[in-house]
Amino acid sequence: MKRERGSLLASFASHVVLLAAVAFAVYPLFWVVSLALTAGGAPQAQIIPLPTHPSLANFHAVVGHADAERGWIFGMQLFNSLAIAAATTVAALAIATPAAYAMSRFDFVGKKGSMAALLATQMFPGVAAAIPLYLLLNAMDILDTRSDLVLVYATTAVPFAIFQMRGAFDAIPRDLAEAAMVHGATRFGAFVRVVLPAARPAMAVTALFAFMTAWNEFILAATFLSREEVFTLPVVLQRFVGEHDAHWGYFAAGAIIVSIPVMALFYWLQRHLVGGLTSGSVKG
Amino acid sequence: MRSRRGARAAALAAFLALLALCTLSPSLGRAQAPITLRVWHAYGQGSAEEQALRQAADAYVEAHPNQRIELLANAFGAYLSKLESAVPTGNGPDLFIDAHERIGHYAERGLVAPMPAPPAGSFAQVELDALSPGGTLYGLPLSLKCAALYLNTDLAPEEPTSLEALARMPHAPGDFPLVFEAENAYYVAALLHAHGGRLLDEGGDYAFVGPEAHATVAQVRDLVQAGATPEEASGELVKRLFASGHAASAISGPWLAPDLPESLHYRVAPLPPAVEGGEPMRPYLTIEAAYVATHAQHPGEAAALADFLARGPGALIRAKVGRQIVADRAAYDDPEVAGDAFLATFRRAAAAAIPMPTDPHMRLTFEPAQQALRKVLRTGVPIDDALEEGARRFRDVTRPLPGPSSPTPAFVLLGLFLLALVFSMVRRLKDPETRAALSRSMPAYRWVAHAFVAVGLLVMLPLIVGALTSFFAGHGTDLHYAGLSNYIEILSARGGDLLGHGSFWLVLCVTVLWTVLNLALHVAIGVFLALLLNRPTLRLKGMYRVLLILPWAVPSYVTALSWKGMFHRQFGAVNALLTALGAEPVSFFAHFSTAFTANLVTNVWLGFPFMMVVTLGALSSIPKDLYEAAAVDGATKKQQFWRITAPLLVPALAPAVAMSAVWTFNMFNVVFLVSGGEPDGSTEILVSDAYRWAFTRSNQYGYAAAYAVLIFLLLVLFSKAAARGLARAEEKKA
Repeated sequence: MKRERGSLLASFASHVVLLAAVAFAVYPLFWVVSLALTAGGAPQAQIIPLPTHPSLANFHAVVGHADAERGWIFGMQLFNSLAIAAATTVAALAIATPAAYAMSRFDFVGKKGSMAALLATQMFPGVAAAIPLYLLLNAMDILDTRSDLVLVYATTAVPFAIFQMRGAFDAIPRDLAEAAMVHGATRFGAFVRVVLPAARPAMAVTALFAFMTAWNEFILAATFLSREEVFTLPVVLQRFVGEHDAHWGYFAAGAIIVSIPVMALFYWLQRHLVGGLTSGSVKG
Repeated sequence: MRSRRGARAAALAAFLALLALCTLSPSLGRAQAPITLRVWHAYGQGSAEEQALRQAADAYVEAHPNQRIELLANAFGAYLSKLESAVPTGNGPDLFIDAHERIGHYAERGLVAPMPAPPAGSFAQVELDALSPGGTLYGLPLSLKCAALYLNTDLAPEEPTSLEALARMPHAPGDFPLVFEAENAYYVAALLHAHGGRLLDEGGDYAFVGPEAHATVAQVRDLVQAGATPEEASGELVKRLFASGHAASAISGPWLAPDLPESLHYRVAPLPPAVEGGEPMRPYLTIEAAYVATHAQHPGEAAALADFLARGPGALIRAKVGRQIVADRAAYDDPEVAGDAFLATFRRAAAAAIPMPTDPHMRLTFEPAQQALRKVLRTGVPIDDALEEGARRFRDVTRPLPGPSSPTPAFVLLGLFLLALVFSMVRRLKDPETRAALSRSMPAYRWVAHAFVAVGLLVMLPLIVGALTSFFAGHGTDLHYAGLSNYIEILSARGGDLLGHGSFWLVLCVTVLWTVLNLALHVAIGVFLALLLNRPTLRLKGMYRVLLILPWAVPSYVTALSWKGMFHRQFGAVNALLTALGAEPVSFFAHFSTAFTANLVTNVWLGFPFMMVVTLGALSSIPKDLYEAAAVDGATKKQQFWRITAPLLVPALAPAVAMSAVWTFNMFNVVFLVSGGEPDGSTEILVSDAYRWAFTRSNQYGYAAAYAVLIFLLLVLFSKAAARGLARAEEKKA
């Protein structure tokens, strides 16, 4: 009897703490939502951010961006963002997974060095690399296309993806693939049919990271793209902040729209997420 | 099995289709007109200015059927760097629109082509002079921008006789007689000019010091202290207060008008005198102009288009549709334009305004001047001290560049290094053991080759080139080899106090403090919540998990700005909460401790979900039977935690913590967006400081690159030490 009451109290306490944490996590987002729903109105020192005259005007203005010649531009830009992020995810996984497998299973000359080099890329602030990258893409003559961004984002995501996936492969017993090879599979066949399915959670996490890399990036996209039809959504968002005036309402509305696909992806992946991050985390 | 193979084939096909779409579809949009003129601008999306430009472009195309115009609206934040990289490589536009302030810079870099002179009398000579650095005309003036006084005619029926009089106007609580960005040097400069001062003198020296500057800052301070104008006013706050009828007047430019509701009764007047009977306030004048870019594909047509936009039909459309204060004098003969009081007033204000100097040093005066203003307004530092500090800041940024050094020693060193490298490789290749190892490695290379090429080419190469620029000094692309002098300057704090303001070492201390506190809080909160969520009897687990992950899912550049708003002195939620609890409101960005805390809270909010998720994963991989066995042995919950959970969590979390440390060390967004380095650059971390040298302090890329290299070296050292520490800890356990 006494014990039960103790656990009831503990469960009540944990709900209280969790609710407090949720309040902390969600509260600033209320401000974003409130700003997005406010079309004007006086600034007030509020605790609960209620929009004074709620309206969907901001969303309407952002989503409805279109013109006669090119059609629904916002739709095109949404498509760009989705296509670029999706292609980045696929490309990053395609590049990183075999390399991570080799890092996990093979011993080769230069392995240690390449792992160190990969880690090093994460430590170098990107500020310094933007201009050389521009010149490089210009020399390759692929500037101002969606593929250039896919290439850049995918390669940016690769080092972290290799770390993630290598950790995951380390955790998968070696006999799994070897058993398949005894039964006549090639190494690659065993990799595709046996090892990859076992590494699914880590792949889900890696995919999410790659997707986010491409989805939220602004500076490179704004510098490399020179036609409105190929802009991505973060570039569009930044256009609401001008030299003298800023449309924070549009900005907030756009931000909410931008986060919807990410949240959907999070929700869908969260079963894999728990488990995926640790099994695949970096092992120095 | 078959269905899985089918799914795989479908996924492959979908990917190929996606790639094809990515490469092919851009070409679909290009119609086959004989000539396409590319025009770039940075007008806000959906603004009247953009609409006017579009209509004017349509009118031009109608008159020139063999031409087409492709307009590109750029994000203002990336416009300059985009022009700088695109124009010299031939990827730029034919024509671009920008303010005249940067023309000196454009001409110096060779980004703009000379413009044929317009017919005499079309524009005011001042405007043409402002567009002719070194005597060559580079652009045609499109429109004029300067600040004026917006008056809410319900609250302020009479035009005020002076700023003093305006400030004394009676007002309801919560309302303001005047709203303007009191910490923004651009607006304060108008007042400074009335007091006889200026920001930059003819010699290109910082001039926001001395009695005139003192009088100006004192007047601004009195306005704020008397409650006549709001604290920490941003452009957004000015707009919202005036638009909602809570301000009798506002100092702003023509860009305010499109955001004002129709129900608001207002009119515009030129800025009044600063003091009763004194000189009128004179704002800076910005001339927006059209420039033909060098390497334009159709320079002749581009110049014709510039002329069309600047004069005649284009100017009329821009005046009527965009309500721009067009520079074209003839446009004001049009009855509709002449009858527009808004245009007429701003034109009058522009005539009295001072054209913004085109000296490249002009842009560098704003940051120190703003710092000085903030210091006085937020922390109450004596005015003269703050001004003197601003001047010192300006000298620091404009200090002479290190002279060119001879690259010979570097070449000799590089040559020796390569020679040694080749020599050792040859020796190793001769060794049969290495050869055997190499041939054994061959199969592995097939698995890593593509990753090696891709990362090497697109990640490593740009980083290495970036790192090499740290040996060069100069502005923008105008660089010369300077050896190690960038490093020497950084490490010696540019000759100043080693732990003085803005020195590398001081910023490093702040960065380390920042990283340590963040990590501690991320881990503590993340692990604690994960432990709670891991309780087997807990209900609503899924809901909590999704809600707690939200901060990670929403783009951080938006949420960081939302946090900044919550920390506002007068209108922020945090202060509203403090006031409701009976505490005094806090001016968060006035003190290092509170500003740093604001950054910290924001970043903890952003970062704890990652740690929580990692911990959840680690917890789920701890075998349940360990706990059962412990329970059988009579271990209490507490003992179970310290004996089982904690020891198993540490190794699982260590890599994520290390990665997180690297990311936090380089967490640019939060510092830049929330405190912006306030107060006075003290909450800056190394990365945000590097960014400022690269982009807001006259493009000293080499200097910024040296910062980046130093950050990199520090992190490498740190990770080495951490790896060693971890290995030692594991040894001890074993």
